[in-house]
Amino acid sequence: MLSRTAENLFWLSRYVERAENMARLLEMGYRMALMPAAGNGNRSEWRSVLSAAGCAEGFDSDNTELSQATVSDYLIFNRDNPSSIINCFEYARANARAMRTAITQEMWEALNGALMELRRTAMRNLAKTDLPGFIDWVKSQGALFRGATDSTILRNDGYDFIRLGTFLERADNTARLLDVKYYVLLPETSMVGDGVDNYQWTTVLRAASSMRAFHWVYRDDYSPWRIAHFLILNPFSPRSLAHCTENITSHLERLARQYGRRHAVHSMAVDTYAILNHGDMDEIFSRGLHEFLSDCLQRYRALSEAIAETYYFGGQ
Amino acid sequence: MFNEMEMNGQVREPYRALVDWMDATGPEILAQKRLEAETLFRKIGITFAVYGEGGDPERLIPFDLIPRIFTASEWRKLERGVKQRARALNTFLYDVYHNAEIIRAGVVPADLVYKNAAFEPAVIGIDPPRRVYSHIVGVDVVRVGPDEFYVLEDNCRTPSGVSYMLENREIMMRMFPELFSKLRIEPVDSYPDQLLKTLKSIAPAKCEGDPNIVVLTPGAMNSAYYEHSFLADQMGVELVEGQDLFVSEGRVYMRTTRGPERVDVIYRRIDDAFIDPLCFRPDSVLGVPGLMNVYRSGGVAICSAPGAGVADDKAIYTYVPDMIRFYLGQEPILNNVPTWKCARADDLKYVLEHLPELVVKEVHGSGGYGMLVGPASTKEECATYAERIKANPSDFIAQPTLALSACPTFVESGIAPRHVDFRPFCLVGDDIRLTPGGLTRVALRDGSLVVNSSQGGGVKDTWIMAE
Repeated sequence: MLSRTAENLFWLSRYVERAENMARLLEMGYRMALMPAAGNGNRSEWRSVLSAAGCAEGFDSDNTELSQATVSDYLIFNRDNPSSIINCFEYARANARAMRTAITQEMWEALNGALMELRRTAMRNLAKTDLPGFIDWVKSQGALFRGATDSTILRNDGYDFIRLGTFLERADNTARLLDVKYYVLLPETSMVGDGVDNYQWTTVLRAASSMRAFHWVYRDDYSPWRIAHFLILNPFSPRSLAHCTENITSHLERLARQYGRRHAVHSMAVDTYAILNHGDMDEIFSRGLHEFLSDCLQRYRALSEAIAETYYFGGQ
Repeated sequence: MFNEMEMNGQVREPYRALVDWMDATGPEILAQKRLEAETLFRKIGITFAVYGEGGDPERLIPFDLIPRIFTASEWRKLERGVKQRARALNTFLYDVYHNAEIIRAGVVPADLVYKNAAFEPAVIGIDPPRRVYSHIVGVDVVRVGPDEFYVLEDNCRTPSGVSYMLENREIMMRMFPELFSKLRIEPVDSYPDQLLKTLKSIAPAKCEGDPNIVVLTPGAMNSAYYEHSFLADQMGVELVEGQDLFVSEGRVYMRTTRGPERVDVIYRRIDDAFIDPLCFRPDSVLGVPGLMNVYRSGGVAICSAPGAGVADDKAIYTYVPDMIRFYLGQEPILNNVPTWKCARADDLKYVLEHLPELVVKEVHGSGGYGMLVGPASTKEECATYAERIKANPSDFIAQPTLALSACPTFVESGIAPRHVDFRPFCLVGDDIRLTPGGLTRVALRDGSLVVNSSQGGGVKDTWIMAE
């Protein structure tokens, strides 16, 4: 396939995934803000949402007051914020339009429909008056796109580039989310039975849409150790680093089989997967959760660059 | 004015079944269907951008639900006439880039060819595969009476609009399945297959095995981008941009995830001036450096061949009937519109004296830009235009204002006749192929004769009835 097409497919799915993750972060902020403020009433939840989204600097440069209305507007509709939900859908659709032949009609309609809807003023009102309703809508658009992709696209190399984009972006987002809230997960600071903290941990799970799944796996024991394990090492959790990396590895392997060639990027992915596969939570905590997550983020960045280089994104 | 649906208060035969059906359906349901059709177009993303207007690069072209209908015998005549023209135009192109017999014989003036901006010295003496230059000829036909058709112009470069022919039919079949099951309407969906066959048949000399075909687009910002992607998709070939292609050791390659892959046939949708910055415009970023050298040595086929534009120039147009006689020894089946060439002193005098009744066009213009429609213009507009003609007479031709036929069309006040034209798409390769159908454009403004989508025109589905 054309390198430019592969690049477009890869970024297209990254943008859709990013839009959805923005929505999940907003959900986390919204829920945390519903809790009585801890300590001296210093509300930090919207600040942590911005940090997790990687948007804190951009937001601060606007000198806007920190509130649900301003943060959600910045993360959803701000055209200057490259990661805002509307921009993610704009980029995704522009990528799709630049290679209409490589995606199916159903995928195009899912993307085109989402953007058309998002451009309507009614959606601004929905985000203002019913943020959870809006968040659900964004998540359903992501689901629609992935569903359309899953049920209509040929299982050739294009499919692998789409999935690589999805899982790299998801892994990156999960790692960021944990990194921003890692202090609430540190065993030292946990006070057993502290209602607020407990709630904060569960919001991390909620932001990863993993509340219910977590229950099934660990019942009701919200220890920080388990939450971190669930989102990092548990191979069955759909947003965990382990699961995402397993998928990245397998799609790279598929490409190697189809093209009959292995590259350095393949061993990079396997190395990362091995770390997560054989990882141990005690060890990660003792080495430092933040250090571990930073290392993972660095690895995903390097993988993304190596994929671009290996498959000639941006010319050869 | 000839109304294609009604004559002497009677519904004409090809429209009878349609009118019965519309009467039975009623205006409310039809109005509902119109809205549905627009939603469908928007959803599929069939759009058309207008250059120079800025704004939305994805404007919708208005689609009119009432089809334009030809009988089988009307179509037979059109088909023969269009094929005849496509053959003569291609013979002319081969001739002017080789021995130029038609110029030696004094049929076409040398200056008109050699001093023409569309004449391409870089391709003199090159033999394109099968000696075909224009592989897709769009012939614009207007009708003024039951049996009177005129050719308005030929499009030998890369005529656009064929995606509308196909998508309009898709939409109509989705909206009115009962009509299609009741009436016998010739299908148009074989066009992409025939285009692919045509492109395969012009594989270059150096190509071994099954030729690798691509569609070359200037990119997603181009007004006809939807069509480029649509055709590539329908044929199952790659849609590439200039940056995806490169030349190496006398062949053209595309950049793929597996490394370079050879390309044999390029259906390009970018202009001659942009296809190779080494040969033509050095500032072009849309093309492929070195492409022309590969073309010259038989390493790649280009559709349409560089230089094909000289045949569809408006000044050359007036000689097409002579070409048909000269090369084919036949009388033209479709007539030209009588044309005054302002380059001739007598014609110029007549044109300037009769400006308010004429349509004046720039010889090298296209898309309905820069033309004067005399009857629809003010005195001042005519006077200003006259000055432009006087400054450069050879740049202009004039034609009588034809009473273009009209077809019933949905407008704000209900259903009213609006002027239409017609563009069938003729394919030339190992064979000459013509899909039974084409693009009908309609001038949506009352009384307007300008059907270009850039000037407020819309489109209709065109039905050719089977025998």
